[in-house]
Formats: sequence, structure tokens, C-alpha cells
Amino acid sequence: MRFSGLRVLKEGLTGNKGWTPHWRNPEPKAEYDVIIIGGGGHGLATAHYLASVHGITNVAVLEKGYLGGGNVGRNTTIVRANYGLPGNSEFYSHSLKLWEGLEEDLNYNVMHSQRGIINLFNSDGSRDAAARRGNQMASQGDDAQLLDTAALRKMLPYLDFDQTRFPIYGGLYHPRGGTARHDAVAWGFARAADQRGVDLIQQCEVTGIDVVDGVVKGVQTTRGPIRAKKIGITAAGRSSEVAAMAGMRLPIESHVLQAFVTEGLKPMIDTVITYEAGHFYISQSDKGGLVFGGSLDLYSSYASRGNLPMAEHVIESACTLMPAITKAKVLRSWGGIMDMSADGSPIIDKTHIDGLYVNCGWCYGGFKATPGSGHVFAHLMATGNPHRVATKHRLDRFRTGVGIMDEEASGSQHNLH
Amino acid sequence: MRLPCPICGERDIREFYYQGADVALNRPAPDAGDDAWQDYVYLRDNQPGEHRDLWQHESGCGSWIVVSRNTVTHEVSGAKLAKEIKRAKA
Repeated sequence: MRFSGLRVLKEGLTGNKGWTPHWRNPEPKAEYDVIIIGGGGHGLATAHYLASVHGITNVAVLEKGYLGGGNVGRNTTIVRANYGLPGNSEFYSHSLKLWEGLEEDLNYNVMHSQRGIINLFNSDGSRDAAARRGNQMASQGDDAQLLDTAALRKMLPYLDFDQTRFPIYGGLYHPRGGTARHDAVAWGFARAADQRGVDLIQQCEVTGIDVVDGVVKGVQTTRGPIRAKKIGITAAGRSSEVAAMAGMRLPIESHVLQAFVTEGLKPMIDTVITYEAGHFYISQSDKGGLVFGGSLDLYSSYASRGNLPMAEHVIESACTLMPAITKAKVLRSWGGIMDMSADGSPIIDKTHIDGLYVNCGWCYGGFKATPGSGHVFAHLMATGNPHRVATKHRLDRFRTGVGIMDEEASGSQHNLH
Repeated sequence: MRLPCPICGERDIREFYYQGADVALNRPAPDAGDDAWQDYVYLRDNQPGEHRDLWQHESGCGSWIVVSRNTVTHEVSGAKLAKEIKRAKA
């Protein structure tokens, strides 16, 4: 069933009786051409692009829980293309362009809202870095403007500009950045893949990966064995667990990242604001809640919840940046399991096992990458060659040291991101 | 999460610097080769459950300690001085 304005009108007038489920709930077949392990944003996007771009429809997405129940359903929904390093900058630029056509491509309202992102800076040095990054973004065809405090005061009058902690010197404005409705992104990719014949199999946990003489043959699951010629791992924070089934160790540590949302408020923040010196960012959802977060808790964890010191730090930053927020009540907080790579950049590559592919290391930036990640991973799995914007996301960079992408210039070690 | 420093007793996690998995205690020889160094610097088991990692009590006694904890529940089961573990291995 295609969605359209006319259809909404018709269903509204006839009691909404004509809507059908978004996807089938099929039994797993004995064999597929491609199996994707992990029914989150990246896995579902990979399945969609395998089917829509490469015509490969004999595909199963295996999900141990429910579709979109992991990080794609628990992030802070920000979409942007303001990365700095060669490799990452063109990848995220590619991903943003896919976002801009995503709703038409999927025939699904993902509520992609290009409300802009403003990265505040708080020193002369960080102004220089922002100018450099802005020039770099502009030179590859994306958009960036350096704003002074006079311009910022008009756009964001509620910030405490003259605070003694980190006075605001200006901001780098990325108008094409913004937010999207995270669950709808998972649902839209799932529905589009299903309509092209992809089997989305939920409540199906992979318990083993069958490898014979260095060639992948299939998987063992809680719903029986399934054979496949090609298998892609898109398991985010659980990537190390899945890779271990094929005898692999990854350059990944799983960490907890917390996020917070307040009660619904009247419209206040019409953009996304990041506060570099305070390690803090905030936007307002369409329901009115202020959605915000900060750094990792900075210890490895699979708990999907964090500890109070980071909650306190994030909320202190919020109060420092915009004192008006002190009156808002925090409705809830939660944590996600981040697949932190050692250099802060993702891995999209073949493995040493024939037919086994891995897509992981998205750190705390996986949501904005969703269409791009699926698009290039589908390209890699279908053609055997990396997509032109993902040639640098190699797994072997950690063994050779060539092409390490230390996005934050903090050092390419696990505890530094 | 509170960590039991063997010297200072149980303290708030904010007093500690996190280094990562206790693989950091097994530094290979300089000429051990790419694979050994990749194992040491980058590759991690990273499985959920019981885990041992290295912390420094930087706002306390300054000791490096190896903490045993569960990464699924955040339950901390103990801590030993890293130097004693190194000495026992030697």
C-alpha cells in the first residue's frame, strides 16, 4: 500500500479501516542469497538498498528482539554532515544527500526536518577550528556559515552569552543539518525492504556463524539453521558478540552513552545547538520535549543505562548554557550501547572470511549515517568493492596503521573517544 | 558505580581515570610484530558479562588498579593493585 495525502483523506473519512500492517512476519526460509544480522537502522537500510539499488531481494534480516529496538530507537535523532577528516567528510555528505531524498524513496514520512545545527565555540582557538571546518564543508559542496555573537543573539536569545564559565564567541551554522523521527526511519526502511520481498525475521537470535574452510555458509539461530552465501553484520553495540561467533575479535569496545528528555514544553528551540566546551547538545522534539545529551560515561558497558555523575555533568552544562532550562523537569533518561572503534571512525569492510562482511564502529554517530551506511554496505556486499565514499573505512587499518581516522584528534586508543 | 580501591576503600567513580581492558598489562615486545601489537592496542574481546579493566585512582592515592565487574549489571566484585598482578605474573 502506498501512502499519499489522498489516501490519508480517504481513510480519515472511512473510519481508517483500510490500513494494513507495514510488513509481513514471515517464517525463515532454509536459504537466502544474503543474511543481514541485526534489524536496526543500518541493517534495515542495507536490506532496502540491496533490493532497490542492486535488485537483490532474496534477503533476510535477522533480529533477536524487535525491529528498531536498539540504538535507532534510542538516539537523539540528529542528522548532519559536518565531519572533518577525508573519508568521513565525504561519507557523511553522501549520507545527508540520501536523507534529503529519503521520504520520496521510502514513501514514508520520517519527519526529516532541516532545522539547522549551530556548533557554538568558546575560544579563539575553537573559532579558528570552526572556520577551517566550515571552509572544508563548503569546499565539498555542503553548507556552513560562521556566525558572530550579534547574529547568534538574534537566533538564540535565551543563551547565556556572557557566562563566566565558557563565554560564547560565536557559532558554526550548518543549515542543512537537523533532526528526523528516529523510529520512523527504522519503520520506513523496514516497510520499503519488505515490499521488495526482503524477509524481516524478528525474535530470531543468531547463535552461531558457520564457516567452512574460510568461507561463510550460514548461521545457526534460535529458529533453526539458515544458509546464505553472504552475511553482513550490522549489530552496533553487539558487534563483538556476533563477530566472536566467527572467531573474530574487533577493534571495538562497547560503551554506554546517556540521553535525556524533559517534559513537553512550548516551542523554544527551533534548531540543534551544540556546546563544545560543555560537552553538551540539545534540540526540541516535535512533541515539545527538550532532547539533550553529552559525553560517554567512559567505561565499557552493556547495561543500556548509565551512572549519575554523567547525568549531573550534562544537566550542569544545560543550566550553564541556557539558565531558563532549570525550570524544566527531566521526564526520563536512558542509555544505549555504543560500538566505539579505537579511532572514532566506522568500519565498513569485508573480513578475512569469504562472504562475511562487517559494518560497525559507529561510536555515538550512527543515526545520521543510517541511509549512507546501508547504501555503501549494500554496494560492498553486492559488488565486492567498496563504494567510492567508503574506501577508507577499512578493517585492516588497525593492523597496518595506514589510514587510521582519528576524527576527534584525541588519539586512536579505546579510552580516548 | 563505586570502585573499591585496595588502598583507600570504596570511592566514587569520578575519582578514577579509565584506561580500558586489562590487556594493557600484557605489553608485547617491541619486535613482536603487527599482529601482536594490533591485539594489544586495538582488538578487544568485548563480550558482555564479567570483565576486568584498568583504572587509576587519580584523585586519590594514584594507584593503578584492576577492577572486576559485570558490564551488564554494573556490579563491581573486587579490585586488586595492578602492580601485584604484574608481580604475580613475573
